[in-house]
Amino acid sequence: MELSELSKEQLLDAYRKMSEIRAFEDRLHKENTGGDIPGFIHLYAGEEAIAVGVCEHLTPADKIASTHRGHGHCIAKGSDIEGMMLEIFGRKEGLCHGKGGSMHIADLATGMLGANGIVGGGPPITIGAALTAKYKGDGNVAVSFTGDGGSNQGLVLEAMNMAVVLNLPVVFVFENNGMGEATGAEFAVGAPSIAKRAEGFGLPAVTVDGTDFFAVHEAAGEAIERARTGGGPSVIEAKCNRFYGHFEGDQALYRTPEQLEELKAKTDPLSIFRDRTDGVLDPAELALIDSESEQRVDAAVATARAAALPDPSDVDTDVYVSY
Amino acid sequence: MTKMSFREGIRAAMADAMREDPDVVLIGEDLRGGKGGINPDKSIEAFGGVFGVTQGLWTEFGDDRVIDTPITESAIVGMAAGAAVTGLRPVAELMFMDFFGVAYDMIYNQAAKFRYMFGGKARTPLVVRGIIGAGVGAAGQHSNSPYNIFTSTAGIKVVVPSNAYDARGLLLQSIRDDDPVLFCEHKTLYDVKVDVPESAYAIPLGVAAYPREGTDVTVVALAKAAVDSIQVADKLAAEGISVEVVDPRTTSPLDEDGILESVASTGRLVIVDESAARCGFAHDVAALVASKGFDTLKAPIQMVIPPHTPVPFSTPLEQAWIPGPEKIEAAIRAVVEA
Repeated sequence: MELSELSKEQLLDAYRKMSEIRAFEDRLHKENTGGDIPGFIHLYAGEEAIAVGVCEHLTPADKIASTHRGHGHCIAKGSDIEGMMLEIFGRKEGLCHGKGGSMHIADLATGMLGANGIVGGGPPITIGAALTAKYKGDGNVAVSFTGDGGSNQGLVLEAMNMAVVLNLPVVFVFENNGMGEATGAEFAVGAPSIAKRAEGFGLPAVTVDGTDFFAVHEAAGEAIERARTGGGPSVIEAKCNRFYGHFEGDQALYRTPEQLEELKAKTDPLSIFRDRTDGVLDPAELALIDSESEQRVDAAVATARAAALPDPSDVDTDVYVSY
Repeated sequence: MTKMSFREGIRAAMADAMREDPDVVLIGEDLRGGKGGINPDKSIEAFGGVFGVTQGLWTEFGDDRVIDTPITESAIVGMAAGAAVTGLRPVAELMFMDFFGVAYDMIYNQAAKFRYMFGGKARTPLVVRGIIGAGVGAAGQHSNSPYNIFTSTAGIKVVVPSNAYDARGLLLQSIRDDDPVLFCEHKTLYDVKVDVPESAYAIPLGVAAYPREGTDVTVVALAKAAVDSIQVADKLAAEGISVEVVDPRTTSPLDEDGILESVASTGRLVIVDESAARCGFAHDVAALVASKGFDTLKAPIQMVIPPHTPVPFSTPLEQAWIPGPEKIEAAIRAVVEA
């Protein structure tokens, strides 16, 4: 399919990002059990092809807004994993100086407008970024990532309508991992599909296999090009599975361990990518990328563990620009 | 100087800001009005805002900067917040502030917290305008003054002006400000005219005004309550009761020193507040004075506040609800005689 349109460098870059996300999340799963990370962690493993397939089309000037499951979007948009790890460990030199943590991780320098602890919180903010781009006429676009759970929130529906009414350069990506917390999309999404419902808002909407980087990359390329050239908003529903629970500590009783193993065996975006690039990329080179990802994550964890915590006197800084 | 109504002062501030900064845009319902209507005259402004506040701005600044939206408060405020954090300086209109309930996530959890949660890296120069206040029979969902709720939210500033002069200067400052500001407009004041300078000016946030100076009692009051308190002060002056009216003008930041200094000089305090019977602005000021100015008090603090009910519809009920001039006068007399 579109495989041939990507250069070897582009393919390797995409795999490097997916591999880094996987290594980052697998490591956080282990680190979190040690009790050294405060608060709630939601892991993105299993959904890597979506963040990377979309963000490969974006420049640093384009904006994204994310979900509570935001590490993958951060990495895909170009954030430094050391700054991320410092933040998740609550360190002073973290991306948000220890004031946001995993659920609010943001990196405005790379155009990442924040993970979001409010389900469905991203799309209204994203249409604001799209309004800025449209008003300034700079050709930039904005992309929101939302889950199947978020797809049912009223403010998400309002954002889609507004984007159509104002013809904004925005793409709404719905990562349908089948579960909103512990409730299945099969139960909670009343429409035949998230994309079908979006069509009712007057949006071009497609459903793609979110475990296949190439399917996501192709659909995102079309939607982002449409937004960049004044064609208005689009929706992509990308179906996938999350390989960990809703949050770290979730017993995940809504599926059996055997079912999870089967999902991992059949729908792992990294394995699928390796299969799809068989004969194009050298498996040894991909294996090297995997080990380099693990080394970078090792280094980030070591740095984070050794780094200073915030000073208690910082509690009331950064509330206002001036007050 | 020229006579300007509260409505005209607010409109002038938006025009001032839009002329000085091309990044200022207005977002809201029926700011112009008429989009999608069947009137073949496409140059009309069908509403110019539900109370006519934005009348003429679309004609001057056009579609790109006066952005009419569907009735979709979450998306209006959310879009404005997202635009603010990415480089515009939006003024969103919520129409009636009572509607904050359908949009408050975008203020409370998003705009107000961006800067803090992102470690000081975000700036969100957003203004949300909205109409507050009882007095016109608008009943339970179009009459409230929820600035007490906004004031309790860290990360936003709250402006509650009482006259056209303050409104124009404070709104221009609010739009220039790099933090989110909620700007509350009391609907009974829109036609009230005062002297206002002809050219643009800004008033800093967090500085109280003293519309009446006096020695016997301090009355702290905002918006319509400030207007009523001035009226009562003038009436009581004829009887020899000297009332100082302090209009904080903004509840966040609050001019704490200005209030404490006035109370220190009079020794008596009446607070008039339309926000709430519990956890309201009056309670906040009372706590401030009780904790930092207790030794200066000669009498217990009096609060003139509404009952713990929604705002009623029928006129006698609504008048019973409003902390109006008669109640203010009674409270002043009680505290002076105490």
